[in-house]
Amino acid sequence: MRSWTLPTAVFLSFGAGLAQDATPPPAKNYLNLSLDGLLAVGGSTEPDIDGLQLGGHDPAQRGFTLQNLEVVFEGAVDPYFRGQANVILQITPDGETNVELEEAFATTSSLPANLQVKAGQYLTEFGRINTSHPHVWDFVDQPIVSARMFGGDGLRSVGARLSWLMPTPFYSELFLAVQNARGETLTSFGAVEGDTAFGRPIVGSDVAGAGDLLVTPRWAGSFELTDNQTLLVGASSASGPNGTGADGKTRIDGVDAFWKWKSATAQKGFPFVKVQAEGMWRTYDAAATETLPAESFRDHGAYVQVLWGFKPGWVVGARVDAAGGDDGGAALEEPALDERSRYSLVATWYPTEYSKLRLQYSRDDRSAYADAHTVWAQFEFLLGAHAAHKF
Amino acid sequence: MTSMLFAAAVLANLKVVATTGEYGALASAIGGPRIAVTVLAKPTEDPHFVDAKPSHLVTLNKADVLIQGGAELEQGWLPPLLEGARNAKILPGSPGHVKAGEGVTLIDVPAALDRSQGDLHGAGNPHFMMDPGNARIVARHLAEVFCAADAGSCADYRTGLAAFEQALDGRLAAWTARLAPFRGTPITTYHPTWKYFAARFGLVSDVFLEPKPGIPPSPPHLAEVITAMTSRRIPIVLVEPFQSRKTAEAVASRTGATVVSVGQFPGSLPGTEGDYLKLMDANVEAIASALEKAKGR
Repeated sequence: MRSWTLPTAVFLSFGAGLAQDATPPPAKNYLNLSLDGLLAVGGSTEPDIDGLQLGGHDPAQRGFTLQNLEVVFEGAVDPYFRGQANVILQITPDGETNVELEEAFATTSSLPANLQVKAGQYLTEFGRINTSHPHVWDFVDQPIVSARMFGGDGLRSVGARLSWLMPTPFYSELFLAVQNARGETLTSFGAVEGDTAFGRPIVGSDVAGAGDLLVTPRWAGSFELTDNQTLLVGASSASGPNGTGADGKTRIDGVDAFWKWKSATAQKGFPFVKVQAEGMWRTYDAAATETLPAESFRDHGAYVQVLWGFKPGWVVGARVDAAGGDDGGAALEEPALDERSRYSLVATWYPTEYSKLRLQYSRDDRSAYADAHTVWAQFEFLLGAHAAHKF
Repeated sequence: MTSMLFAAAVLANLKVVATTGEYGALASAIGGPRIAVTVLAKPTEDPHFVDAKPSHLVTLNKADVLIQGGAELEQGWLPPLLEGARNAKILPGSPGHVKAGEGVTLIDVPAALDRSQGDLHGAGNPHFMMDPGNARIVARHLAEVFCAADAGSCADYRTGLAAFEQALDGRLAAWTARLAPFRGTPITTYHPTWKYFAARFGLVSDVFLEPKPGIPPSPPHLAEVITAMTSRRIPIVLVEPFQSRKTAEAVASRTGATVVSVGQFPGSLPGTEGDYLKLMDANVEAIASALEKAKGR
């Protein structure tokens, strides 16, 4: 493993035992460490970048943004567990450094009956984009729909997840995640006391019983269409309380699909074509307050993106984003349900797997604002043990 | 294809998964009908960049034995598959997890890990199976693993191994004789894939189209390659199915060299599917006949 040799006295919160590294000698480390920097520069015809770029890792201002500096620790804990932690550092437009513990979890390695348990702080396995870190994104920013449904930082919380790899000849896996429903990364759910959502104050969502947790079942399946084409599809549903009151509940359903063609004589994995799409629907049942009746808000969103790696190191692509909703004649104007669509074009050059240069143009069409034209350039560098990419 | 594999797997004693085809071919030669072999990487694709497809995860979930190179060639795609496979039999450290490179002396072991020197493999050059001598070491290792996993058929595995070794000895003598007239000849290759092969058969492999391992050819570097090939009269450029033949042709046309198609994996070249000895036959013959032609000029 190409990584730094660390002293053996490195302890993650799960404890580090005598690890069996998933790599051959001469790896003499119990922990793989990597550091990934993402830097963006650019601007937009729209001065309010905050209102335009909803993702917490999106470029945050005209000029330069250090989107994130991600430190990843991972390795085998012992023969029974694998551990991973992703710590993110960001510099805000005000020059402050934010530290975020994005993920820190352990997964089982060898439970019987094709079961696997994950426990800790983790990105909920809902759809495709939610579980991916910015470094693997095909675009500079995250889709509008994920920001609307899951906030700027993705749906993630502390909890546990059970998954079962079904005994089918093709890949088919069932997941069930149970997590805390409150906190700043649960914008559609418990959120943060004192914030407002859909015109109502969040009054808190202490866990009084199992009904106060976020529950997310998911199914994913994959089919080899031909020797060179693979399809992966999934369906997810997240339900939990929202903090608007005792009757406040939210449910988000989603479907996702990913198709990839890769040449049989691929050099460095090129050429390829991949298509990814996700759709989500949210029902937000807000509880009655002293001044407002109980109301239901429904909204939805989707994105479709196509990427073509036409020669080693070079990828071009396009993405269409859309989101909108229906406030059912609600008492208050709700900007979170406004119709919005965005069209993006991207070109990326990967000098190696450890660096990239990217240029992206987006046209944003928001019902309440003038069209915005936005251009971002992005640079990435990666040090240390490069974690292998999932499909 | 897949259904045939499953049918075979039902009848076989051991389900063996190999990351790349040369290990799968050795396993088949030793185990015959007693093992069902599935290979994850296509013989024509770049083995450093295989996709960690969910179907591979299902394959690994059912495996009794996993054979990987053990020299980090699969580093970019095998770990997430092992993680999702939920199969304790093939996890690192289990008897069913085979690192083929164990017991093989690897070359190009970097003194320091420094990616400014290209994409180095910390364990050394992973293309050791292009030396047939190393194929013998790996085959013996595999026979031991199969014996441990399926003691009832151990005698058959030993018989299979003996037959393979006997065939290998015969072929090795023939390959050595075929390449003997060209001892000391320098060759150009795309990536440092053929250093073990060159060392075994007395060729010199020190000119590469890649400026550094894994770094794509650049015009200034190719100019240096052309200069070196002209002054040292290097007669051939080796290219594999997933490497840029266009680049190789461009260099060859400027230096009078010949581009030769070779492969590291059974099935890389037509007619070599599933058979390591046939693959090496084809490689040796392609290289020897190209060198012969060059000598005649």
